[in-house]
Parts: sequence; structure tokens; C-alpha cells
Amino acid sequence: MTQLILEQALNGFQFGLMLFLLAAGLTLVFGIMDMINLAHGSLYMVGAYLAAAAAAASGSFVVGVLAAVAGTAVVGALLEVAVLRRLYQRDHLAQVLATFALILIANEAVRMLWGDQPMLLNAPAALAGPVEIGGFSYPAYRLLIIAVGVAVALALYVVVAKTRLGMWVRAGASNREMTEALGVNVKRLFTLVFAFGAGLCALAGALLGPLLAVQVGMGESILILAFVVIVIGGIGSIRGALVGSLLVGVVDTLGRALLPWLLRGFLPAETAANLGPALAAILIYLLMAAILFWKPAGLFPARG
Amino acid sequence: MAGEGMKSALYRQSARRRGLAFAALLALAALPPLLQALGQDFYVSVAARMLIFALAATSLNFIVGFGGLVAFGHAAFFGAGAYAVAILAERGVTSAFVAWPAAAALAGGLALLIGAISLRTRGVYFIMITLAFAQMIYYLFISLKAWGGDDGLPLMARSTFGPFDLGNDATFYWVALACLAAALFLLDRIAHARFGRVLQGIRENESRMAALGYPVAAYQLACFVIGGTLAGLAGALIANHSLLASPNLLHWTQSGTLLVMVIVGGVGTLYGGFAGALTLLLLEELLTGVTVHWHAALGLLLLVVVFRAPRGVAAWLHGLFSRGGTK
Repeated sequence: MTQLILEQALNGFQFGLMLFLLAAGLTLVFGIMDMINLAHGSLYMVGAYLAAAAAAASGSFVVGVLAAVAGTAVVGALLEVAVLRRLYQRDHLAQVLATFALILIANEAVRMLWGDQPMLLNAPAALAGPVEIGGFSYPAYRLLIIAVGVAVALALYVVVAKTRLGMWVRAGASNREMTEALGVNVKRLFTLVFAFGAGLCALAGALLGPLLAVQVGMGESILILAFVVIVIGGIGSIRGALVGSLLVGVVDTLGRALLPWLLRGFLPAETAANLGPALAAILIYLLMAAILFWKPAGLFPARG
Repeated sequence: MAGEGMKSALYRQSARRRGLAFAALLALAALPPLLQALGQDFYVSVAARMLIFALAATSLNFIVGFGGLVAFGHAAFFGAGAYAVAILAERGVTSAFVAWPAAAALAGGLALLIGAISLRTRGVYFIMITLAFAQMIYYLFISLKAWGGDDGLPLMARSTFGPFDLGNDATFYWVALACLAAALFLLDRIAHARFGRVLQGIRENESRMAALGYPVAAYQLACFVIGGTLAGLAGALIANHSLLASPNLLHWTQSGTLLVMVIVGGVGTLYGGFAGALTLLLLEELLTGVTVHWHAALGLLLLVVVFRAPRGVAAWLHGLFSRGGTK
């Protein structure tokens, strides 16, 4: 039992870190530009497909991941300059419509290029087996994801909290007009932030590719989770995105693994088997509703 | 956050527009015999589906355009209505006079619950929390095996409707048309009543209306519930139309599609939902005939709407009409 709980907790931590890679870019887009970007999940999908294609062409997983990150960052920058930039001054409805349209286009473009069938993306052979740590075994590849996730989160923290660039980004998130008045080119800064966020999306897509399926529509399901994360954490706050991601990742994974088992303790077996998965599936949404009920601006509001 | 499109008071109805509406209703009612005479019976069913989506989009337009609340979880009410009819039919309740009001009431109750919590938040947070609640309902329905899980819940036959046989596509079309016309009439009356005026005031300036002593949250909640109830009725109709309460009806992309219909048709216009549903579903019919990649074509067209016709198709038509009328 301890083995199961520990393993699921680690899985949840690992999933939470990947969610953070998506949510970090999304929360800045929301925070700085007050813009709803439904197409963020499409960048994640594009990243996973680019990784699978590049890995298949070069035979190396690492090359695949690097190509995906670079390629998707370029796609993100182009998207920002060509379409999204025109939407910042529009209302939320126009943003929803335009980015919904982008999802349709992205899904069809991927389908045209790579077909309907899911793509195969294999983890490097060296990491295929489990690792033994003091009688507890855990898949090596998932450990790698955790290591990369922690490293990126730390690097992001240093960039956002300690560098001039990060200071501009934080200033932009809390008050855009004032930051512009102080002479920061928020427009150019934002293209950079967007490309950077796209790259992080691609990293998450490429790393999760071997675990989840690389297929059309993969972006939409994870996009909703990323939304839940940034709303829980407070829109525009990187720290909130990190806390929210880990919370959502762990609660979701542990809930799915443990709730049916827990319910069996005090409910008839059949009712528990029916109710368990249903309750586990809505757990994070309950969490989000509860947090918004008591803290309507999320856990770490970026604007005072 | 209200856009330019919301600010114009398009909910105005002159005697002339009333006449036009009546003529349009007659023309729509004459459609099934016309299609049957042309030997295109299949399109009667297609047209009925358009009317049902028009009703769903109209109900959302009331919340978004009239209440000024950008709700991104309308599929919850639409789908709940569909499931209510299917679950009742499974238990032997097949009368439309019982099942459809029950579906509307269930959706309305759900809207009351979701609205009461969601209306504590504003702006982007409101969009997100309504989305989260809709996802909650979606996962609840697909993980309960008793309600069909991923496959949805099929209906054996359409609801019984007094002496009329809804199994006949033309009859079903007329019933759907009657529901849509009744809903439009009702919403038009509400728009001109004191309640509607206050609601529009809240949409334009919430804090001023609050300062004037109006219970802003109660008005917004009432608006949300009215929209949800009508969506439940649309859900009851769509379950009857396809003989299936499908989880797809609850999926968040359904909320997105309905919102797209509203925006394309024209936010805050009485016929915006109708125009949007018609435009989008007609485009779907046309584009699927031309290319398998019709989603991409639709996406490009939507981008054109965003940048070229930001106030929607209905406003554009309205502009044409009023220009013609003043001359």
C-alpha cells in the first residue's frame, strides 16, 4: 500500500510539473495582456508532433525534444505577431472566437500533415526500465521528467525573480500601462514571453508524448486542466501557477488511484465502484470551485 | 468588458419588425412541405436540428449579450436537458408534457446552483468557473455507467406529444419551430419589461445600478437561470431529434460552439443566436461537401468574422434593414 501511495504521489508530482510548463506561459498571457488564449493547448500538441517527427527522422529522442522546443517557439512567435497581437485590445468574446478558430485550424493542419492515426514517440531505450531506490522501484523515464521539470521550474524562478527581464515581466503583469510609461517595450517583451511559453508547452508535449498518446485533440483536454491551474493559482502569478499545478497534479492522480478504494471502506462495493471514478474525475473541479468561492481571485492574486 | 456590439440597444422592436418576424415565421413554417415537394425529405430533419441549435444559442445570447455575463459552460444545461429526457424515457415517462418541462426545470435548477456560486467572480474568472462546472457535469455523466457512460443514453422513440406523432420529421420540425418562436417572443417581452431594462442597466454599468439600490446579483442570477432553463428545453429537443443523449452535448467544445454561434450571429441582438446557428450549421453542410478538412476552412472564416464583421451577422443585417427603412 505504501508503495502504491508513494508511486501515485510521485506520478502526481510529475504530472503537476508538466502542467506547470503549460500554465506558466498561459498565466503570463492572461496576466499581462488580459487575453484568453484557447489555442495554448494547440502549441502543446504541435510540440508533441514536432518531437515525434524529429525523433523519428533523427533516431534520437533528445534531438526530437530540442527540435520541438525550438520549432514551437518559432511557431508561437509567428502566431503572436500575425494574429494574437491584434486581439489584445478586443473584448474577451472576440478572443474566444479567434482562438477557438485557431484550434480548429491547428487540429486540421496537424491532420493534413501527419494523418488521423496517433504518432508513436518512444522514450529513450536507456530509460525504459525501472530504478530501484531502497526497495522502492519507479520508472526511470518518469524520474527524468521530474528532474527536467524541477530544473525548468527553478530556472524560471531565477529568471522571473532575479533578472531584469523577469522584473519587466512581473511589472507588466501587475500594471501594463505603468510599465509602458516607464519605457519598457511591452509589445516586444510580450512576443518574447509568448515564444518562450510556446517552447515550454512543446517541452511538456514532447516529454509527456511517450506516456500519453500523441494525437489530434490532445491539447484540448490538457488546456482545461491548465486553465484550472492558473485560476486556482491566481491569474498572472508564476508562483500561483506552480502551487496550482502541483495541487492539481497530485489531487487528480491520487484521487483517481485512492478514492474508489477509500469509498469501499464505508459504502457498499457496487456503489463505491460506480461513484469512485465519478467523484475522482470531478475532484479538481470541486477544488477549483471551492477555492474560487473563498478566494475569488485565486490563491496568489498578481494584481493588488 | 462589454464590447461595442453589446452597447447598441438592438433589442428594439417596431411594428414593422414585428411584421417581418411574422413573415419569417410563416416562411419557416412552410419549409417542410416545400422540401418534401422537392423530394428533399432528408433536409427537414437537418432544418429541425438548426432550429434546436438556434434555440440553444438564443438562450446563451440572453446570458451573454443581455446579462453581460460571458458564460463558457452552457453545454451543461443543454446536455442536462437531453439526459433528463433520456433518463425519464428509460423509466417509462415518455410524454413530452412531463419530460420536457422536467428537463427545463432540471437545467434551470442546475443554473441556479452554478450561477449562485459563479456570480461571486467576475471577468475571466467567471468564464473559467462556468467552464469548470460544465466539465464537472460532463465527467459526472460519462463516469456513471447507469447513464450510458461514454456511449450516451439512447432513446427508444421520440416523446409522445398529445395527438401529434413526433416521429414524423415535419411535425417535429413544427414543434421545434414553435418552441423557438415562443422563446424569442418571451425574451423580447422580457427585454421590454422593467426586469429587462434593469438588466441592461447592470450590463452597461454594474456599480451605478448597485449604487441606485438594485440587487445586482439577484438580477444576474435570474438572467442566468432563464438562459439555463431555455437551454434545457433545447436539450430535450436535441435528444428527441437524434434519439440519443450524447456526452458530446456536455463537452466543453459544445459550449465553445454555442458561444461561437452567438458571436457570429451578433451578441445582444434578439435574432443573433438564430442567425449564428443558421450560419454555422449551413457552413458546416456546405463545407463538408467541398473538403474533408472543412474544420480548417471554418476556422479561417471565423477569423475573417473576428477581424471584418466584429458585431456579427445579425447586426450587419440589421444595419442593412435600418438603412433601407430610413430612406
